[in-house]
Amino acid sequence: MNKYTEDDLKKELETQEYEYGFYTDIESDTFPKGLNEDIVRAISKKKNEPEWMTEWRLDAFKIWKEMDEPDWANVKYPKPDFQEIAYYSAPKSVDPNKTLDDVDPDLLAMYKKLGISVNEQKKMNNVAMDIVVDSVSVATTFKDTLAKKGIIFMPISEAIQEHPELVKKYMGTIVPTIDNFYAALNSAVFTDGSFCYIPKGVKCPMELSTYFRINEGGTGQFERTLLIADKGSYVSYLEGCTAPARDENQLHAAVVELIAMDDAEIKYSTVQNWFPGDKNGKGGVFNFVTKRGICHNNSKISWTQVETGSAVTWKYPSCILKGDNSVGEFYSIAVTNNYQQADTGTKMIHLGKNTKSTIISKGISAGKSQNSYRGLVQIGSRAENARNFSQCDSLLMGNKCGAHTFPYIESKNKSAQIEHEATTSKIGEDQLFYCNQRGIDTEKAIALIVNGFSKDVLNKLPMEFAVEAQKLLEISLEGSVG
Amino acid sequence: MLEIKNLHAGIEDKGILKGINLKVNAGEIHAIMGPNGSGKSTLSSVIAGNETFEVSEGDVILDNESVLELSPDERAHKGVFMSFQYPVEIPGVSTTNFIKTAINEKRKANGMEELPAKDMLKMIREKSALLEMDRKFLSRSLNEGFSGGEKKRNEIFQMAMLEPKLAILDETDSGLDIDALKIVANGVNKLKSEDNAVIVITHYQRLLDYIVPDFVHVLYDGKIVKSGGKELAHELEEKGYDWVKNL
Repeated sequence: MNKYTEDDLKKELETQEYEYGFYTDIESDTFPKGLNEDIVRAISKKKNEPEWMTEWRLDAFKIWKEMDEPDWANVKYPKPDFQEIAYYSAPKSVDPNKTLDDVDPDLLAMYKKLGISVNEQKKMNNVAMDIVVDSVSVATTFKDTLAKKGIIFMPISEAIQEHPELVKKYMGTIVPTIDNFYAALNSAVFTDGSFCYIPKGVKCPMELSTYFRINEGGTGQFERTLLIADKGSYVSYLEGCTAPARDENQLHAAVVELIAMDDAEIKYSTVQNWFPGDKNGKGGVFNFVTKRGICHNNSKISWTQVETGSAVTWKYPSCILKGDNSVGEFYSIAVTNNYQQADTGTKMIHLGKNTKSTIISKGISAGKSQNSYRGLVQIGSRAENARNFSQCDSLLMGNKCGAHTFPYIESKNKSAQIEHEATTSKIGEDQLFYCNQRGIDTEKAIALIVNGFSKDVLNKLPMEFAVEAQKLLEISLEGSVG
Repeated sequence: MLEIKNLHAGIEDKGILKGINLKVNAGEIHAIMGPNGSGKSTLSSVIAGNETFEVSEGDVILDNESVLELSPDERAHKGVFMSFQYPVEIPGVSTTNFIKTAINEKRKANGMEELPAKDMLKMIREKSALLEMDRKFLSRSLNEGFSGGEKKRNEIFQMAMLEPKLAILDETDSGLDIDALKIVANGVNKLKSEDNAVIVITHYQRLLDYIVPDFVHVLYDGKIVKSGGKELAHELEEKGYDWVKNL
């Protein structure tokens, strides 16, 4: 049933754009391919950035040039040619001549299954919205509420202009430029992303989501997010979208930095559904993401992710538990189907006393895909009474896919308690027959079994997100058992 | 209601059922008895549509229509229910959620609306009371960590919820102590009506003291070698299965 050919659609959309003489406009705003100092300067200039930012980018570029692309992950893919990529492209504007009738009916059917509103569908396909009143008013109300509380939530490019002191102080402190190849690349060429600051003692009254950051479509290929929760504050942040995100950019290298000050709590939930490539493994996004947060005293960071998209995923949302009594959590569902490859997991770095971390990872592999969990639990010498619990479960469908677990544990303190549990199971013929006998067909039975398997993680997502994620799991695995 | 005609079935080249003929009318209870390896469980699996077994000859007819080409879920939608000898576990899926899905899939297939949550809950309360089930079980993962007896009781609970036309109880008595056996049998008897039929597959006569069959069939080496009334079960119990080998 999984026959929506996104490649075809992409081609179709491209030619349509040419037909309407729309693409040419854009082209004048796209930089030539390749990366050098001039391109980095040009990106900075385009964004009208202050000099410190330009210098920061240039430093990053110098560092990146000296680095090699990592190859330790359990994924195989042709290495991108970094001189063949255009590093700046203006956000796509709305095509006035395009309507939803121009969009692939299969894709629309999928939106319907996911329960995505017509307006959202239009937004995702760059179709002009005719009923803008609602969304605009929602956005305005939303911005008012946040402003009253002193919460700053805006594109990072605006934050660089309006709150340079905050950006300058924190950017690159959690994920330093030299951290890894992709983080360095991102630091040199990031185009946009989100910035969020929650003042002392403020509980953010709503889930912050990029969706509300209206008129900021196309977050781009090199997204940069910086989220600061000041002392005693709380925020829940949602990233991504359950709808299939298409993007002609093959390479995505995002950086996310979280800072939880004393007594603060950050919940960061992601649903990633980038184009995974077609049934034969052609096309698809390479997603190389560096996400990390730091916890000060008595604070907590909780990462929840549902990863169903991308041809190649390389992603390890991590917590540095620097403060005493701080808590790090990682809940993950990673689904791979067809020829997808995912190498994902987390790092929990325990530095403070009485620090606690929990890792629940659920990997689901189908088709000919490879799904790896890679995690590090590190207990520093001064981290008295640190505790970790890890559980890694893999579910296999069919006999051509793979599930792998690479847990690393390093403890320098004898008082640490570390637990690791792992299971691997397969959806059995007998389970399917049992469901069938009760009148539940095979597709539905798989959805039921997969949801049961993923329940511990789905429960951690905010309510509406969880419902969408559940549907997404079903759709991602449609037709995966023959 | 059910008619099995000259049914031959097996796995790959190995024949297990070698010409079964059986007619079951609405309102009847049939017992199928036989020694281990006689083909009892294969027969129930083939009626339910398990694709592990291949039908090489004959037919299975439900309400004047052959069901051999139908998938197991389609047969279930037509009212076939099989209580499993070894019910499977589905971690993370509660019994309530499972049965809700099963009922609504069946209703959908028969062109009906989903059962409103209120009615569903009411039904769950009634049927779990009928089987003297602790409702705590219903919120636990399906069959996970259930004892043998709890699993069997759960099967009959699902049967009660689905209200099948034809129920096949495959070795439902195995793993049940006498108290649980009585409860399960009592449940089955209460669900029995003039419109449905039950096939009880069992090795021992014991269950048939509580679910009293109208007909008893003895299965041996893939064939029904003797049929009779309920007294046949007692005769079998007395003489042992060696007796049928010489029939």
